[in-house]
Amino acid sequence: MDNSVGIVTAQRATFDTPLAFRSGAVLPRYELAYETYGTLNSDKSNAILVCHALSGHHHVAGHYADDPKNTGWWDNMIGPGKPVDTDKFFVIGVNNLGGCHGSTGPSSIAPETGKPYGANFPVVTVEDWVESQARLADQIGIGQFAAVMGGSLGGMQAIQWSLSFPERVRHALVIAAAPHLTAENIAFNDVARNAILTDPDFHGGNFYEHGVVPRRGLRLARMLGHITYLSDDAMADKFGRTLRSGKLGYGYDIEFEIESYLRYQGDKFASYFDANTYLLMTKALDYFDPAREFNGNLDKAFLAAQADFMVVSFTTDWRFAPERSREIVNALLHNHRNVSYAEIASNHGHDSFLMPDQHYHEVMRSYLDRVAGDFSK
Amino acid sequence: MSAHDPAELAAARPDFAAIAAWIPQGASVLDLGCGDGSLLRYLKDTRKVRGYGVEISDANIVACIRNGVNVIQGDLESGLSGFESNAFDFVLLSQTLQATRHTEPLVQEMLRVGREGIVSFPNFGYWKNRMNVLRGKMPVSEELPYQWYDTPNVHLCTLHDFEDFCRDLDVTVLDRRVMTGSSEMKLLPNLLGSTAVYRFRRGA
Repeated sequence: MDNSVGIVTAQRATFDTPLAFRSGAVLPRYELAYETYGTLNSDKSNAILVCHALSGHHHVAGHYADDPKNTGWWDNMIGPGKPVDTDKFFVIGVNNLGGCHGSTGPSSIAPETGKPYGANFPVVTVEDWVESQARLADQIGIGQFAAVMGGSLGGMQAIQWSLSFPERVRHALVIAAAPHLTAENIAFNDVARNAILTDPDFHGGNFYEHGVVPRRGLRLARMLGHITYLSDDAMADKFGRTLRSGKLGYGYDIEFEIESYLRYQGDKFASYFDANTYLLMTKALDYFDPAREFNGNLDKAFLAAQADFMVVSFTTDWRFAPERSREIVNALLHNHRNVSYAEIASNHGHDSFLMPDQHYHEVMRSYLDRVAGDFSK
Repeated sequence: MSAHDPAELAAARPDFAAIAAWIPQGASVLDLGCGDGSLLRYLKDTRKVRGYGVEISDANIVACIRNGVNVIQGDLESGLSGFESNAFDFVLLSQTLQATRHTEPLVQEMLRVGREGIVSFPNFGYWKNRMNVLRGKMPVSEELPYQWYDTPNVHLCTLHDFEDFCRDLDVTVLDRRVMTGSSEMKLLPNLLGSTAVYRFRRGA
């Protein structure tokens, strides 16, 4: 791929200071997997933190020397000359705590028991992630980020950064996000979790010691999730009612193309993703609600923020609809924050934030040029 | 690239200078239909305003971001429900009034959200426009550059029309500046002025 950051190497940071979770649980020691692209400038003012969504990780751009096909999940956004221009910015991607791509998570070995954490891994919140990411920033030596950005659950982390560490974020780019999930969204997550929790191979979260994986549950969870990330139009365009064999089979085998696609996606996901991580990530989504401690008043929640904001939504995203982004924008307006908002016409649903749409990328590029203008002057 | 030099902009857009003259330093401003953000940028540079623009066009959203001004993508015609009452000192509508469909509710919304409203629009009563109509043709000019069949301007008016409209809406005109090019027209403004700028507020 052109304009790639090229070969990248995952790194690992170790933290020996205990981390207290919102839930009350404490993790005495943990590791975070991360990658960096570009060069940190002399006054360390050009760093951007990219936060990942539900199934994401620290491999955001480029590829590995020993695995050239494994391209980062936001490679179209990040690289030399791309909207997040690695010729200007020092970009950090991090795998969130509780993840299954190298950071300490349910599948990691707990030092106390010598066995995987499994069900004992604490339920982690967006606030906990931001706390752990801040410690990573400390370790790398970054006091203040030029920008913290992310889509979906990653956008929620960008919001939380601006609230937990207002003085450490100059710009927050909040893409396809929401100030909290709706009941409908929580309902989808709960069905996904139930698919995993009721899989006989789940073993209460301690399936590792049984040498099995709750593959069926994970697969169903992913299939359901995938439906909600697409739009009706995108599915109609891509699959319509096309039959694989061209005729009806009057049975329950895979017949429609959409069925084939979903099962393929489900199987692929279930072959590498950790079921406990999926449960944790969906729970973090459900719990995120900065207005909660202000009696539901989002304006008051944003009172702490000092960053400038760029908020982006997509017209066909029904999982994190434009109206939800407008709630964020309105709360920022009411707090007199600098904020711009773009509503991108796209037919890819929630997944639009990962697509290389020209106008979307132009919006991101213009805003990030402005971010770069702060420190290049 | 758009010109950022305030003097150049003022020369190119005399209504900008007229609007700026009414806006005190540090005021809060909402610019409806803010285009590429030039006016907001001008007001930021010359008046240090805290401002936001509202704009519907994708290209203008990018232009505003490049201009370094806050812009919210949205449709004025669906109202200003995201904005709190009395949130701004001034709500501006520059060369947009004549292109709005729901003009009356929009002006009401302007005065809900802002303490004062400022609008600029092409004066349909300008003598050259009248001459065109007398000749039996719709006017096409620098201020009204569109053919009748592709114009966004659905609510053109004269100074008299606008002042009647304000009276009917219980809106008080505080100030008016009528111009042709960059010259102010004090004599027979409804006949000699091509562009009008009004400052107004709620109530008699």
